[in-house]
Amino acid sequence: MSGCMRQEPDGARADYNFAYLDEQTKRMIRRAILKGLAIPGYQVPFASREMPMPYGWGTGGVQVSAAVMVPEDRFKVIDQGADDTTNAVSIRAFFERTAGVATTTRTREASVIQTRHRIPEEPLREGQILVYQVPIPEPLRFLEPRESETRKLHALEDYGLMHVKLYEDIARHGHIATAYDYPVRVEARYVMDPSPIPKFDTPKLADCPAIQLFGAGREQRIHALPPYTRVVPLDFEDHPFEASKPDHPCGLCGATDSYLDEVIVDDAGGRIFVCSDTDHCEARRDSGHVGEDTA
Amino acid sequence: MSAHAEMTPLLSVRGVSKRYGAQIGCADMSFDLYPGEVMGIVGESGSGKSTLLACLAGHLRPDTGSVLFDTRADGLRDTVRMSEPERRMMSRTDWAFVHQNPRDGLRMAVSAGGNVGERLMAVGARNYGDIRRSAVDWLDRVEIDTGRIDDRPSTFSGGMQQRLQIARNLVTGPRLVFMDEPTGGLDVSVQARLLDLLRGLVRDMGLSAIIVTHDLAVVRLLADRLMVMKSGCVVEAGLTDQVLDDPQHAYTQLLVSSVLQV
Amino acid sequence: MIELRDVRKTFTLHNQGAAVIDVLDRVTLSVARGECVALTGASGAGKSTLMRLIYGNYKAQGGRIEVGGVDLVTAMPREVIRVRREVLGHVSQFLRVVPRVPTLDVVADPLLLAGAAPEEAREAAAGLLERVNIPRALWSLSPTTFSGGEQQRVNIARGFVHPYPALLLDEPTASLDPANREVVLALIEEAKARGAAIVGIFHDAAARARVCDREVDVSRFAPGAAA
Repeated sequence: MSGCMRQEPDGARADYNFAYLDEQTKRMIRRAILKGLAIPGYQVPFASREMPMPYGWGTGGVQVSAAVMVPEDRFKVIDQGADDTTNAVSIRAFFERTAGVATTTRTREASVIQTRHRIPEEPLREGQILVYQVPIPEPLRFLEPRESETRKLHALEDYGLMHVKLYEDIARHGHIATAYDYPVRVEARYVMDPSPIPKFDTPKLADCPAIQLFGAGREQRIHALPPYTRVVPLDFEDHPFEASKPDHPCGLCGATDSYLDEVIVDDAGGRIFVCSDTDHCEARRDSGHVGEDTA
Repeated sequence: MSAHAEMTPLLSVRGVSKRYGAQIGCADMSFDLYPGEVMGIVGESGSGKSTLLACLAGHLRPDTGSVLFDTRADGLRDTVRMSEPERRMMSRTDWAFVHQNPRDGLRMAVSAGGNVGERLMAVGARNYGDIRRSAVDWLDRVEIDTGRIDDRPSTFSGGMQQRLQIARNLVTGPRLVFMDEPTGGLDVSVQARLLDLLRGLVRDMGLSAIIVTHDLAVVRLLADRLMVMKSGCVVEAGLTDQVLDDPQHAYTQLLVSSVLQV
Repeated sequence: MIELRDVRKTFTLHNQGAAVIDVLDRVTLSVARGECVALTGASGAGKSTLMRLIYGNYKAQGGRIEVGGVDLVTAMPREVIRVRREVLGHVSQFLRVVPRVPTLDVVADPLLLAGAAPEEAREAAAGLLERVNIPRALWSLSPTTFSGGEQQRVNIARGFVHPYPALLLDEPTASLDPANREVVLALIEEAKARGAAIVGIFHDAAARARVCDREVDVSRFAPGAAA
């Protein structure tokens, strides 16, 4: 790994190790990642480090990104789909400074994408790595608070409890009301928490050409989906999983098939719906698409 | 119902002992339970009856001995030496466990219907409508207003909670039910209703049951046979009314004579 | 049908200085099908004890008690229960039931236990309740609230609903009015006619004379009595 030190691009701090973490830590995290890739959906414990940001701000994702990053990478960070929010800007700046890697907002150009709560609209391709920031990796947590017990449930594939949660949804709301963080079964084995992505994105987890890595810093867990993994949302025969569909076109680019954010635009309650994926929206506008709310 | 059809015991307990350090939980317990038989275990607090029940139900691993259960697939199997997944599967399908405190046996944050449906979902039921119908059917059988199917058990009375726990346990049609003081903590009038319900269910479903209790009236009404425990050992066993009407052991005589006659 | 040989019964009162009370010794008794035997003897002679020994809720210290070919002294609990379900009926002086269960179901219970279909069992139970003159309005209520005489008649209906080959009757006509007494005696005669072996305690001498084929004085089984 000393090779990385010698190839430091311009702008990187020579007194910092490449990508902030020391090589031993990266090695430990890579081992966890490899194990996670070998057992898709299984939560691998790892010795999460103190990072220069608070828990809940992406410490897990940052450690995973740092462990997989090489100097040739082009790095993109999104928070709820946007490249320009505080969290995304700071993490991008963090790796510009500590790794000196090139950054981008273009999904297509990025080799490593760290994300919070979204999967980009543009289909990912082979060779890309999508790193999710995960707050709570345990899908059974809210039903069974004992970690010792949830581990046993995973080991024994005892997943009746997950369906109890969905049953409760239907009993209470007439349909499965879980709108994000929708539980999925990976390769017919582990039930996985896909981090709080909207149900809209759930189908994109399956059969994805890119590597998907999930890092939970506070919980010290990493799980992973290798490319082209079978990922099936849990459901009932008579209440099958349905991805949410946008009920408006994007106000800026007119897209009718992207996940939308509601934006309040004035003090009178005026609002518009715009693509949550800012790169997707910009690319469409650049190529001439126009929405109703474009001034 | 003929004698030879019941030749194979459903549960065969051999030399089960459990110690807590120097303290004896239960010592060298052996007995057979036959299909359709209800056995009561009585004794004062600390007599080891709950320890024995936990060993039989797979909640505690006995230090020595075996607990053979007549599995549907492979005949008699030692559940002590079974793998954990097998034992869990057993406890979701062929076994049921009714706790004294319904809070220990129910998910208080899950609706009544969800509580009843859990075991079905755990063994692979994936049709919401079917699960719901089973839940309605079972709430009805345990005399809970089916209109309360979506209410949480925390809004139920103690007697209703206990009946819900029973429904939740019996929905998968188990063959053996373990009950730990099932009527403890209930009002007398509620107890009678529960006893009647249990008696009917045991008969209709042909259940075998092991009931741990210190209430002799409960075993007289429910149990075919009785085991009296003291200090981790069985002091007397036999036909329920024989043990209660003509107790042979000093401790049993004391136990029976200590009960107020009603 | 009912065969007792050298049956011995003692009570050991462990909590009263382990006092041993000898009650019965060398009881030998044989009751054939269609025969009714009355147990007699002074109060305390052991009539009820002998009845309980035959029913199996008292444990004999020695000898054999065979009912329908099963020795109840050595039988496993489930065998005793099978004998009680299929062979041996018992009309005790006291009705012991689960509270809240309707009278009709209490009476139908022995038939259900023996494997009868519910409708069939209820029909037979209704017929018997009718015969022992329990008003139809009471059938859906629990007998726990009934008068002593009514409870006794429910008990009798319950004891006769299943055609047991062997029957134990403990004071079946006590506390009954003449009309109902007549009904019960008729039931006993019918049971004998279909071949039931009956052992009973009857303080009612006229009833005893009418239905019993012979009397056995229990005091002759008193320990120490000349054999």
